[in-house]
Amino acid sequence: MKIQSKKLEVWYGNKQALHAVDLAMQEHTITALIGPSGCGKSTYLRCLNRMNDTIEGVVVKGGLLLDGYDVYEPGVDVVALRRRVGMVFQKANPFPKSIFDNVAFGLRLGPRIPKTELDGRVEQALTRAALWEEVRDRLTGSALGLSGGQQQRLCIARALAVEPEVLLMDEPTSALDPIATAKIEELLHGLADRYTIVIVTHNMQQAARVSDQTAFFFMGQLIEVAPTDDLFTHPTVKKTEEYITGRFG
Amino acid sequence: MNRNERTGFGLLAICAGFLVLLVVALVGYVVSGGWSVLSFGFLTEVPRNGMREGGIWPPIFGTIVLMLITAVSATPLGVGCAIYLVEYAREGWLVRLIRLSIRNLSGVPSVVYGLFGVGLFVNGLGFGPSLLASGLTLGLLTLPWTITASEEALRRVPRSYRDGALALGATPWEAISKNVIPAALPGMLTGIILGLARAAGETAPILFTGVTFSRPDIPHSVFDTYMALPYHLYILSTQHQDIVTVRPVAFATATVLLGIVLVINGTAAVVRSRLRAAQVG
Ligand SMILES: Nc1ncnc2c1ncn2[C@@H]1O[C@H](COP(=O)(O)OP(=O)(O)O)[C@@H](O)[C@H]1O
Ligand SMILES: [Mg+2]
Repeated sequence: MKIQSKKLEVWYGNKQALHAVDLAMQEHTITALIGPSGCGKSTYLRCLNRMNDTIEGVVVKGGLLLDGYDVYEPGVDVVALRRRVGMVFQKANPFPKSIFDNVAFGLRLGPRIPKTELDGRVEQALTRAALWEEVRDRLTGSALGLSGGQQQRLCIARALAVEPEVLLMDEPTSALDPIATAKIEELLHGLADRYTIVIVTHNMQQAARVSDQTAFFFMGQLIEVAPTDDLFTHPTVKKTEEYITGRFG
Repeated sequence: MNRNERTGFGLLAICAGFLVLLVVALVGYVVSGGWSVLSFGFLTEVPRNGMREGGIWPPIFGTIVLMLITAVSATPLGVGCAIYLVEYAREGWLVRLIRLSIRNLSGVPSVVYGLFGVGLFVNGLGFGPSLLASGLTLGLLTLPWTITASEEALRRVPRSYRDGALALGATPWEAISKNVIPAALPGMLTGIILGLARAAGETAPILFTGVTFSRPDIPHSVFDTYMALPYHLYILSTQHQDIVTVRPVAFATATVLLGIVLVINGTAAVVRSRLRAAQVG
């Protein structure tokens, strides 16, 4: 297993947001996390790259293994972890820099990379994020001048540029129009060959279209996890069925 | 818009118009008073004949160097303090104490800074009455301003710039130095420069710390005494034995001081729009 959480619990202060979540994800698969707003999807996702550490008062208990090693073990290098586990946020967050500098941001954090190699890796990342053709002539232009969908693909490219093993996406298309959304969904299929992807979505059709496995969360608990086709056709838990048939949410 | 609203907006427009009028009147008054003696030579020559003739180059030079020392001393300290407060400090008694200090510092009358400057820089550190002692005193005076402006600029940077960098494997300092500070820079610079513009016109803090009534040349080092525009203006308007004759010189000096302040403010505006444009593209 690439990722495995064991009885993972998260508190914000004294409010428990996740209850004993056991969830495993195979390498090079796409896992969708679904569930009503506030059920803990983002909280779970932010454990995987320890972005929860940036929120004051967060306590995490239980185990969370990446390639068999617990990422919450004392002494884990969080910076190194985040280079292995990239993240795309709900709202596209291009930095106020050029398109090139955005994609190169993570690459420039490490040891100096020769200019030609840097160029190559920026192009490769943009190509993988299906954005290269649209921006190749304006790499020095500001990233803030891109459309919403392009900005989100830029953020994907930026995350891919540092060659992570895992890519976390928190409702990456919730602010985008259907065409931009379709582009990103299409892109995801190709990315699964190289990366293990965890995507949070409130859109069940999207989960059904893009993922191999779907996990349904409700009130901080993992209610059911199954291969996506099974979960949407034969949910075994009543709550899951009610949710996917739109009876609440 | 109904009639009441129109009257309301009309009144507001009058308020705004009055402000513009005030600026025009002030500048016009000062410039017209000094017009007769203003010339290029006035900017480049030293005072002659008991300040009745010649120019005001030494006080211009003094004020400019003073501003440089002020900027160089206050900016790193102020920006550093702001970064600590916004990015690292956790709310607690220490932060509350720092904030309380800043708020109180900004309320301290400038003449008190002058006295403190004598104690700390002139005597305590042994700089003597000098450009350095005055510059550092003005640096302290602008510090609360610098900190507050930098803090506000840092707080306006969206959290997503910081989180985005962290998620790419940046250390907290890398996230701040490569993403947050560049985004906050236009705002920080604007605040710092406006603080400098205020300091440029201060008399009290330099009064005891090194400014001198008159010297025939410009200072040779930062440990020398110097002339400065606000003090020169003060001397010309109140201490000169022939106040009526030198009145135009006083007005011309005020014009130059105003000009320097306007240039500083203008620079702030240009810097801000340049940096913004570079970011937004
Ligand atoms: N920074 C935070 N501080 C306190 N509580 C939080 C914070 N973030 C999320 N929560 C709480 O944790 C629960 C799960 O939130 P979240 O993981 O964001 O849900 P989802 O992404 O499924 O909408 C919610 O009840 C939410 O109010
Ligand atoms: Mg969420």
